[in-house]
Amino acid sequence: MRLESPRIADRSRPGQFIMVRINAHHHPLLRRPFSIHSKNGKTIEIFFQVAGLGTDLLSQKNTDETLDILGPLGNGFKAEAELKGKAVALVGGGRGIAPLYFLAQELRSSGAASRIFYGGKTRADLPLRENLEKQGFDISCSTDDGSFGFKGFVSDLLKAELKKFTPARIFACGPEPMMKKISGTARQKSIPAEFSLESVMGCGFGACWGCVKRIKRGDGEELVKICEEGPVFPAEEIVWEEEEG
Amino acid sequence: MTDLSVDLGFIKLKNPVIAASGTFGYGLEFEPFIDLNLLGGFVVKGLYFSPREGNAPPRLAEASSGLINAIGLPGIGVERFSEEVLPRIRKYDTAIIVNVCGESEEEYGSVVEFLDKKEGISAYELNISCPNVKKDGLCPALSPEATFSAVSLVRKISSRPLITKLSPNVTDILEIALSAQEAGSDAISLVNTFLALAVDTETRRPKLANVYGGLSGPAIKPIALRMVHQVASRVNIPVIGMGGILEGNDALEFLIAGAKAVEVGTANFVDPEATKRIIDELNGYCQKMGIDRIETLIGSLRT
Repeated sequence: MRLESPRIADRSRPGQFIMVRINAHHHPLLRRPFSIHSKNGKTIEIFFQVAGLGTDLLSQKNTDETLDILGPLGNGFKAEAELKGKAVALVGGGRGIAPLYFLAQELRSSGAASRIFYGGKTRADLPLRENLEKQGFDISCSTDDGSFGFKGFVSDLLKAELKKFTPARIFACGPEPMMKKISGTARQKSIPAEFSLESVMGCGFGACWGCVKRIKRGDGEELVKICEEGPVFPAEEIVWEEEEG
Repeated sequence: MTDLSVDLGFIKLKNPVIAASGTFGYGLEFEPFIDLNLLGGFVVKGLYFSPREGNAPPRLAEASSGLINAIGLPGIGVERFSEEVLPRIRKYDTAIIVNVCGESEEEYGSVVEFLDKKEGISAYELNISCPNVKKDGLCPALSPEATFSAVSLVRKISSRPLITKLSPNVTDILEIALSAQEAGSDAISLVNTFLALAVDTETRRPKLANVYGGLSGPAIKPIALRMVHQVASRVNIPVIGMGGILEGNDALEFLIAGAKAVEVGTANFVDPEATKRIIDELNGYCQKMGIDRIETLIGSLRT
């Protein structure tokens, strides 16, 4: 979905998000967070698939309708100039690919070479694949059922590929178990990594304390608001949940 | 020009709209969105004596026209509040109310004793819905005796006006309200959130790590209104009404039902300019209806 907002487009960086009010009514009540998928001049794009009432209603909006949006919010990826001329790995699982598209565009324009790893459950769960290929990105896919590309998790695909190349940094967004595995791999290989975390959000600007995640701060750990200090955190700061039995 | 001011006896507010505790951070979070000087007042996030982490995530679940939260009252504690926040918010020309929490009666007392020495606070709102760790997690709000005891203790310590915030999770809210009044509370605010549950049917787990949370938002408004009416009809101290106010019209319902002022909560998350918009809408209503003073509306329900 393309949204025209010169102010937001002007200020947006990859990894930031917006809060979208679905309608002016009481249900659904809360705004929905969407990472910024790309920007072009006065417009930004968000990428979503219908997964519930909010996205269902959003998918029914018509061209030229006005939406109440808040943003850009959050910190974004640290895609600094020092990555120029270097190879980086972008790993997206499911809808986690959304912010990585914007990141890949920015990295390309700043002269870094991105390899994109894109994982889904099946071939049908890789909706951005063709577009990324069309844009000429170096992309490798995985599916859980093997219906397209590497059979298995995208974290395993990345691990296999890291035997052949060593990126200067890994950027990842997706389900928490995927990011946890990538974090382990990155640590073994001593590759710096950044992860974009997801959470239910009440407000998006630090008022509700709803979207916290356990993060290392100083000598200890704290529950930190994802919307305010994130959503992107360096791998070494994130305290991953224990696997559930 | 309509006079939107309301007199609570112990304090005069420039308008009846107060931002509710737990939904307005420490006020500073809303500086980018609204001029805090416009507000009747705001209640800062509940403060225990020491900093607290709050509950494990997930802390939020959306419900039909509502929000269930189990944030668990994380906060910076009274010392950091006094040093880092209070100097920055006291410059505003609005009533600054501190929501006071405690794991025991003594802690309520020590929070108020500490804050009483600091300038720039208009009143305390006593959050008697905090679980009491010494009494099997039962909060004072659940019994008239415990309410009386906690309010009496704080009343003796506090040099400032005291608002007691009631929980709706009781059989007879009027009984609790009368206990708070008898113990010397200067006002009553109600309602806090309704204890609620949301279930993920795929995993069969509760949607909140804490299992139960508090329901707020438009879903609770009719019940909150009934409780406010019930209490305001019987107590002789001012009642501050809240529960699901999103629009000016919602605020009007509470005023007509007997609330002298209102608190706006969950709406702040959805629309960070909600308080300002509601004040504008109150003004618009009064002008349209030819009302010079909004106070004349209070308790004007025709039954």
